[in-house]
Amino acid sequence: MQAALDIINAYGWDFLTGTWLTIQLVVISGILGLVIAVPVALARLSENRLVHGIATAYSLFFRGTPLLVQIFLIYFGLGQFDFVRDSVLWPFLREAYVCALITFSLNTAAYSGEILRGGILAVPRGEVEAARASGMSTFTTYRLVILPRAFSIVLPAYSNEVIILMKGTALASTITLLELMGMSQLAASATYQPILVFGIAGVIYYLLTLAISWLFRTLERRYNRYLAVAR
Amino acid sequence: MQNLIDYFPLLMQGLKITLLLAVSTVAVGLVLGLALAMAKMSRHGWLSRPAFAVTNFLRGIPEFLVLLVIYYGGSQVLNDVLGISVDVSPFLAGLVALSLVFGSYASETFRGAFQSVPKGQVEAGRAYGFTAWQCFRLIQLPQIWKVAIPGLGNLWQGTVKDTALVSVIGLDDLMRKSNQAAQSTREPFNFYLFAALIFLAITLVSMVILARLEKRASRGVRRS
Repeated sequence: MQAALDIINAYGWDFLTGTWLTIQLVVISGILGLVIAVPVALARLSENRLVHGIATAYSLFFRGTPLLVQIFLIYFGLGQFDFVRDSVLWPFLREAYVCALITFSLNTAAYSGEILRGGILAVPRGEVEAARASGMSTFTTYRLVILPRAFSIVLPAYSNEVIILMKGTALASTITLLELMGMSQLAASATYQPILVFGIAGVIYYLLTLAISWLFRTLERRYNRYLAVAR
Repeated sequence: MQNLIDYFPLLMQGLKITLLLAVSTVAVGLVLGLALAMAKMSRHGWLSRPAFAVTNFLRGIPEFLVLLVIYYGGSQVLNDVLGISVDVSPFLAGLVALSLVFGSYASETFRGAFQSVPKGQVEAGRAYGFTAWQCFRLIQLPQIWKVAIPGLGNLWQGTVKDTALVSVIGLDDLMRKSNQAAQSTREPFNFYLFAALIFLAITLVSMVILARLEKRASRGVRRS
């Protein structure tokens, strides 16, 4: 117990800044991923074969390969090409932080896109027909009826995806980022107390998981109130 | 391209280790998952409560963290207990860590599957004089696969991808071999893309096999 307190005393601040970076990675890539997921889901449902094909290939690639490979592909891989190194974006693409955000966003967008596709398919047909019958354009129907309904349907499934994303951010430590996992690795090798240090990190990660599921349960209660009344 | 051909045999050696680790993980993980599922369904609180706590915790923290705890922590424990300096092999650490994660998720899949078998069937079995073990083996076990296989299939796909993590602690798998090739040829994109495509191929082949297994496991059920 005393040893654990000593570690918290010496590395408490590091754990906090690491956790803060982890939260940043989750929130930013979660939002970016959701923004990308909407067109991915729509493209997956498109009747245009080219659009459908591209979206399917994208989704298959990011869901069928390890996240670690994807991070390395973007962080180490992009630098292989001269046109990337010469481009104006290189100062950004060289940054581990930016590469991690890009990878996590693209990865979570592939998974959320599939979840959202299922949600769009689950919107009752009658509601879409009613929207069209009252004169809404296709765009308005999506904006006001289909997408809001789909989001509320997928909320529980999406909360699992956010937890998976949060656990995935631990891999950012492999490309030098000092988020919670990176900080713990430093502390573990400095103190020779891997079990204690990683144990503390595990508790923090678990608390984050609990916080995410609590957040989504609250969101669900707020946005799916109309369902509770119908039931 | 020439580099890719030169390094191909090395990468295939790595692939062998990757597949070996994934298959052993599933073998150990399935047994662990079944045991944890039984513990969770136990009437005894001292058995079910720790099982729920441990699996919930393991499912709520990064797989990478579990791996590092087992790898570095395992060595620490061995050093403290045995008093000699030994390192846990990356393969063993990977096997233990990934099996723990697989077992935690699988226990939930199994628990759901067991609950899908009507209680009356087991009662009928007991009434005919089956022992509890016979009921489990002859009545419940054959029927849970039908429900469990889709879930277990997803877990297998996750495990294959998680093996890449073990390269970080030095396992000579496909990922690490690709790292080495990427560094010595200075063609990281090509080699990581190649590794990604191999993983994708494993995913696609698994999907086909799993669809067949699922069909076979549900052959006793009439499709409407």
